[in-house]
Amino acid sequence: MMKYWARITRSNYRNIKEKSIEVFFSAISITALLILIGIFVFLFITGIQAFSETSPAEFFLGNDWNPSAYTTPRYGTLGLVTGTLMVTLGSLIIAIPLGIMSAVYLSEIASPKVREIVKPVIEMIASIPSVVLGLIGILFLSPLIAGIFGLSSGLNAFTSSIIVGIMVLPTIISISEDVLTSLPQEFREASLALGATRWQMIKMTLLPAALSGIIASIMLGLGRAVGETMAVLMVAGNSRAMPRSFFDPIRPMTANIAIEIKEVVKGSLHYEALFAIGLVLFVMTFLVNFISDIIIERQVGRFKW
Amino acid sequence: MVKLEKNNVKVEFRGVNFCYNEEQILFNVDFKVPSNRITALIGPSGCGKSTLIRCINRMNEVIPMSRMDGQVLYNKENIYDKHVDVVELRRRIGMVFQKPNPFPMSIFDNVAYGLRLQNVKDKSMIRETVKESLVKADLWVEVKDRLDLSAFRLSGGQQQRLCIARALAVNPDVILLDEPCSALDPIATARIESLLKKLKKEETIVIVTHNMHQARRISDYTCYLFGGKIIEYSETEEIFNNPQNKLTKDYISGEFG
Ligand SMILES: Nc1ncnc2c1ncn2[C@@H]1O[C@H](COP(=O)(O)OP(=O)(O)OP(=O)(O)O)[C@@H](O)[C@H]1O
Ligand SMILES: [Mg+2]
Repeated sequence: MMKYWARITRSNYRNIKEKSIEVFFSAISITALLILIGIFVFLFITGIQAFSETSPAEFFLGNDWNPSAYTTPRYGTLGLVTGTLMVTLGSLIIAIPLGIMSAVYLSEIASPKVREIVKPVIEMIASIPSVVLGLIGILFLSPLIAGIFGLSSGLNAFTSSIIVGIMVLPTIISISEDVLTSLPQEFREASLALGATRWQMIKMTLLPAALSGIIASIMLGLGRAVGETMAVLMVAGNSRAMPRSFFDPIRPMTANIAIEIKEVVKGSLHYEALFAIGLVLFVMTFLVNFISDIIIERQVGRFKW
Repeated sequence: MVKLEKNNVKVEFRGVNFCYNEEQILFNVDFKVPSNRITALIGPSGCGKSTLIRCINRMNEVIPMSRMDGQVLYNKENIYDKHVDVVELRRRIGMVFQKPNPFPMSIFDNVAYGLRLQNVKDKSMIRETVKESLVKADLWVEVKDRLDLSAFRLSGGQQQRLCIARALAVNPDVILLDEPCSALDPIATARIESLLKKLKKEETIVIVTHNMHQARRISDYTCYLFGGKIIEYSETEEIFNNPQNKLTKDYISGEFG
């Protein structure tokens, strides 16, 4: 009896080793969590002070952002928020159809050879620094847009949407393609065997089956579009006026923070207001990522039986 | 060998060779499938049964790097001819796969899928056909109150009967079944077998099976395939009681043990 007991009791050494590995990994994940909470608290504490001197109503609903006015400084962020929403919306309008079509092409139509070449190339687009895309926007795209539409300047919401759309595209293509390729081959065979054309198979079976994964890729792209700073700083035109069309220059929230944070006095109302904008951005991107995580999780568990 | 009246032949293989990559799987297959009968394909694992049956609805074309030569006639027409519409062909030749493969949709939508492919819009007709097919596949009683349930929630046997209903809904002329009962218990198997016997009045059935008892119970003709070649093909009673080829005899006696 004793002999067998001895064999299945864990040795002290192994106990300690496993324990320390466990502690190490939980320490790392707790640190990550603490950093996230720390950032939030930091933004919150500074940002919330802005509301001691300006009303939330003005901050959220006013469309005049003019903190350095001599008489009455204005802290309405609606124009900035509109700028962010326009770039986000515009870039997604460009990137969603193109992204889904490319993903379908890569996973269902392209030959394996083409896929092997094209997919890494698309993923490389994601690694282009946004300042480089911003340069392309300034030097090449904006004169082109100005020329085509007869504008005095091509630095506007439309150009920014295109540039950010290009940045978002690889995320949407790459994730959607992964989701489509990971669908069981049985779906395709079952569909074709019932007399589906290839297009019917894609439309009636594969896209619905991949839908939540595709939505998740869009959400991730959306997170990126909301948070993008450098490229929009360069091509958006940076006007604080409330934009009325996609051909107006805009100043998204991110660009506004980046431009003004260098000039403000630490602890001033202006300073606090910029943090409040940061806080709003943080909450927006956090929500987007959070929702996309949930959707991805659901997609992954979907076809297990 | 099977002697069939000419007009009773539904599908005919003429000198069919098939390769995956460079590996030849089927060798000069000549094979006639009679109308309104159940024809069983038996043979050891890997001998090419699935490959053979998939030649009949051109499903092998989905696999890249595969090559076929020879002819497969359906109603005396070579289905590998250039003018043949493969989509139309597959609507007439339904298939049930070895592993149940419902779509990730509701039970109803699974069965209605084939009709929607054909742009049937009439809702009451779709509902009618779905019910009819589920009744035929012996699943209606179990699911009639939960047609909106995801097909993935059904048991394996129910899923397989759902796949049969899905194939029946488009009213095919020929049904190909690739080991439809391999994942099922004896009760579910018995139900599918009795279903197939009923179905042969209207359709032609080709079934791959590993189960000798099943082949003997339900089929009218049995074909023994070995190493990609047809070794023996005759009436089921004949092949089981009096196999002509030694390979057939060994396989059958071995399987019956
Ligand atoms: N997609 C494929 N690519 C390459 N080779 C394949 C492919 N599918 C089947 N094969 C090969 O073709 C041969 C015949 O396969 P097939 O599936 O027709 O056998 P089977 O008789 O149906 O076997 P089982 O009873 O196990 O289902 C096997 O050697 C297999 O390895
Ligand atoms: Mg097989």
